[in-house]
Amino acid sequence: MTDKTEITFTVNGASRTVMVEPRRTLADTLREDCGLTGTHLGCEHGVCGACTILLDGQPVRSCLMFAVQAEGAQLRTVEGLAEGDKLHPIQQAFWDNHGLQCGYCTPGFLMLAVGVLEQNTDIDETELREVLSSNLCRCTGYQNIVKSVLAAAAEMRQWPRSGGP
Amino acid sequence: MSWVGRRLPRYEDPVLLRGDGRYVADLARGARAMRFVRSPVASGRILSVKAPPGAIVITAADLAAVKPICPRLLRPDFVPIAQPVLARDRVRHVGEAIAAVIADSAAAAEDIAEQVEIEIAPETPVVSLDQALAPGAPLVHGDAANNTVIDTGLDAGDVDTAFASAHRVVEFTFTSRRQSAMPLEARAALAVFDTSSGRITLSVSAQSPHLIRTGIADALAMPENELRVIAPDVGGGFGQKVPLIPEHIVAVWAARRYRCAVAWIEDRLENLTAAFHARDQRIALRGAFAADGKLLALDADIQCNIGAYSNSPVTCAVEPLMAMSELPGPYAVGAYRVRSRGITTNTCPMAPYRGVSRPVITSAMERLMDTAASRLGLDPLAVRRRNLISSFPYASVTGIVHDAGSYREAMDTAAETLDIAAFRKRQQSARAEGRYLGLGFSVFAERTGYGTPTFSLRKMEVTVGFERVEVAMDPSGFVEARIGASPHGQGLKTTLAQLLADEIGVAPDRIRIVSGDTDRTPYGFGTFASRSAVVAGGACKLAGIQLRDRLKEVAAQELEAAASDIDIADGRALVRGTDLAVPVPELARAAYHQSHRFPTIVDTGLSAVATYDPAGTFSNACHAAIVEIDTATGKVSLERFVIVEDAGILINPTIVEGQIHGGVAQGIANALYEQIVYDDSGNILTGSLADYLVPTLSEIPDLEIHHLETVTDASITGVKGVGEGGAIGAPGAVLNAVVDALSPFGVEVFEMPITPQRILQLLRESRSRTT
Repeated sequence: MTDKTEITFTVNGASRTVMVEPRRTLADTLREDCGLTGTHLGCEHGVCGACTILLDGQPVRSCLMFAVQAEGAQLRTVEGLAEGDKLHPIQQAFWDNHGLQCGYCTPGFLMLAVGVLEQNTDIDETELREVLSSNLCRCTGYQNIVKSVLAAAAEMRQWPRSGGP
Repeated sequence: MSWVGRRLPRYEDPVLLRGDGRYVADLARGARAMRFVRSPVASGRILSVKAPPGAIVITAADLAAVKPICPRLLRPDFVPIAQPVLARDRVRHVGEAIAAVIADSAAAAEDIAEQVEIEIAPETPVVSLDQALAPGAPLVHGDAANNTVIDTGLDAGDVDTAFASAHRVVEFTFTSRRQSAMPLEARAALAVFDTSSGRITLSVSAQSPHLIRTGIADALAMPENELRVIAPDVGGGFGQKVPLIPEHIVAVWAARRYRCAVAWIEDRLENLTAAFHARDQRIALRGAFAADGKLLALDADIQCNIGAYSNSPVTCAVEPLMAMSELPGPYAVGAYRVRSRGITTNTCPMAPYRGVSRPVITSAMERLMDTAASRLGLDPLAVRRRNLISSFPYASVTGIVHDAGSYREAMDTAAETLDIAAFRKRQQSARAEGRYLGLGFSVFAERTGYGTPTFSLRKMEVTVGFERVEVAMDPSGFVEARIGASPHGQGLKTTLAQLLADEIGVAPDRIRIVSGDTDRTPYGFGTFASRSAVVAGGACKLAGIQLRDRLKEVAAQELEAAASDIDIADGRALVRGTDLAVPVPELARAAYHQSHRFPTIVDTGLSAVATYDPAGTFSNACHAAIVEIDTATGKVSLERFVIVEDAGILINPTIVEGQIHGGVAQGIANALYEQIVYDDSGNILTGSLADYLVPTLSEIPDLEIHHLETVTDASITGVKGVGEGGAIGAPGAVLNAVVDALSPFGVEVFEMPITPQRILQLLRESRSRTT
C-alpha cells in the first residue's frame, strides 16, 4: 500500500515524473507533489467539484482519481489558464462579473467552464446551467457564476476555431 | 467623483483567479500532519485510550495543564459549561476530539488514528430538546440542572390584558431543524514553531484572529506576544470560523512541545459532525390580534438546542438571547412576554451562523403574519402594514432603538414589482391545470454594525465590538491601512479601500489593506454580525480624515496657503478656487525627508489611528418568492425571487448584491433542503455532502434586487450592515410561498426545512383529514 510507483504525466504543458503511493489521489499529487495548490479540496468525496481539473480535455474530479490513473495523461489546472499577465477569458469574466467571493470553489468552476466551452462555445444557457450544477459554491448564490461563464463564452466565440487567442 | 458607490472589480480577485490564493492547507507543505481521533458515541465514560507503539498520540493526560474552553456571561441566569481541549473522563457528543495523532503525512496520521484503541462505556444520550427536558433526563453537564444553561425572559407591557381583549389569538409552535454553515473550505490550522525566536505562528482559517490568539494564550498560559495568528485567504466562514476551538489549542501545544510545524486540515466528515451547527430551535408563539390585524401582544417560549458545549467568546447563549431580544423584528408591538432557554444536549455545539437566530425568528414571525391574515380574513400585506414600524427613531418594547429605515417602503416596492393581482390570476388558472403556484413575503429589520454599547448589554466576559484602524502613507504616497477586522471572502479590502480613497483623496489602487495578521494589525474582533463595513469602515473614515488633515498641513506650507483652503482629491492637494496644486506623492516625500519643516505633524508623521465603536444601525428588507410545487413529488421550484433591501449607503453595490445573492441561497437552503439529522443514539446521519444537501445552481433562481438607501445618523459613514440579511429574509418568504401554493389543501407549515418528504406527508395528512 505504501510502496511508491513512478508515474509521468503532463501538467499545464510540462512533463512531470513523480513517485506516489498507489492510494494517493490525483488531487493530492497535484497539490503536494507538484506544488499546484490552486486545485482545492472541498469534500474529497466527489460532490463539491472544487478539485475539478481537465484530464485530456475533460473535466474530472481529481479527488476521485488515483494519481496512477493519470499515467500518460495531459492535465490542466487553474495555474495553466493565464498566459503571463494576461488572464484567460474565463478568469477575466469572473473578475468582471463578481463571479467569486471567497475564491475557494473558483478554480473548480473555472476548469469546469473551460472544459465545457472549449468543446462548445455555442452551448445554450439551459445546458450550461445543467453543467454548472455539477459544482458547489457557498458564497455567490451562482447567479454571477452563470453571468461570468456566459460572458466568457461570448468572448471565446470570437476566437479562431484553432483555439486560443 | 466619489469612489463610494462605484461598482469596482475587487482587488482580491486576480490572485484567487490564478490559483495563487493561499488558504491554510496551501501553506502546510512540509508540516507534520495532525489527525484527531473522535468519539464514535454521543455520551459515555472513557475507560482507556491506547496508542499503537511508537506513534505520537496526544491525549487529555498530556494536556493536564491546559485550561478548558469556558466562555462566560456575567449574569446569574447563565451556567458556564467547560469544554476540555481533548475529552478527559467522558465524551459528550459524536465527533468530540479524544486524541490527536501527529505523523509525517496526512495518510500516515489517518493510518495511526485508526489504530488508536478507545474504550468507552456508553451511556444514554439526550439528543433532542424533548429528551433533554424530560423529567429525570441524564445531565450532559452536572452543573446544568435540567440541561438548561440559560433560562431567561422578558415581560414588557400588559400582555395578559392584550390577550384577554384580542379579537383572535393565533398560536403555533415553529420548529427549525439543525443546520451547518458548511464553508467550502473546512476548518484548518497550521502551527509553526520558530526555533530562533521561540514564537509560534498559527495560520488558521478563521474570522477572528485576535480573539483566537487571546484564547490560545489563556488556555496554554503563554505570553500572548509569543503567538502570532494569521488568517490567510479564508474559504468562507459564515460564523462557523469565529470561535476559538480545541483544535487550535492542540496545534499550538504540539508545535511548542515537538518544536516543529503541525498542520490540521479538517475533512468534510469532521466538518459536518464536529464543526459548530446552528438554528436548532423551537418557538411556541402566540400572537394577540385585533380585528383589523393590529398585533396587540406577543408571547413566546423559545428553546434552543445548543449542543454539548459553549462557544467562545459569544457563548452558547447567543441564539436564545438574540431570539429573545429581536423576535418582534420590524413590528411595533406594545406588549411582549418571552421565556428563552438554551438547552444542552449530546450533540455538536452550536455557534453563530449567518443571521444567528434571526432566520428562525423572522420565519416564525412571518408565518404569524400570514397565519393571522388567513384567520382574520385579511390581506397578508395589510396585516404587515398595520404593524410595521413607520416612524423613526422607534424604541421597541424591549428597549431596542430602531434608527431610520424603510420597512413599509421596502414591502410596498416588492409588492409593486411582483404585480400581485396578475399573479393571483395566473395562480388560479394554473390550479385549474393541476399546477400549484404560491407567493410569499418576508419582512425583517436586522440590527447590524454594533459595538460595545450594545454587546455589553449581553454581559459577555469578553465584550466584543470596537474596531481599530491604523493608516499610514509611505514616502512614495502609497497608503497602508491595517485593520483589526478580518475578512473571510466578502471583498472587505476593496470595500474599505473605496471608503478610504474618498477620505484621503487618493485612488483606491494606491491603498493596501492589511488584515488577518496579529503581528501587523491593531487588536480587533473580526468579521461577524454584519459589522465589518460599518464598524471597520467607520474607523477607516475617522483615520482617513486625520491623515487627510495631516496632508493638508504639509500642503499648506508647500502651497503657502491656509490648510482650511486646501482640498485633497484625485491624488493632489489643491488650493480651492485656484490652480495651485501639488501631487500627494510630493507631499509624502516632503513629510518624511523634510520633516523639520513640518513641526505640527512631528508626533504622528503621515499616520493616524482611529477606533469606532457604535451602538448599531438597523438594515431592513422585504423578500418575496414565487414557488411552484409538484404535489406528486413534493418538489418545490423557485420561479422568482425579489429582494428590496435597505442597507443605507452602498460602498460597492456589486459586492453588496453578492452578499445578498449568497445569503439568499443559504436562506433558500434553510427553508427547503439543509438539515443535520441525528438518530436517537446521537449519530449523525448527514456526514457527507451527498446527505447534507447544499443547493446547486439548479435549485437557486436568479434574484432581482432593488436598493433603497435610507440615510441614517447611527453610522458615521451612513452604511448599514448587509452580510447576513439575505439568509434572514429568504426562509420566511419561501415558507409563506409554500403555504400559499398548498392553500387548496389547507396545509400549514410551521417548520424548516420543509423537504419534499415533509410536503408529501403534510399533503397525506390533509387528505386524510378531508376524507
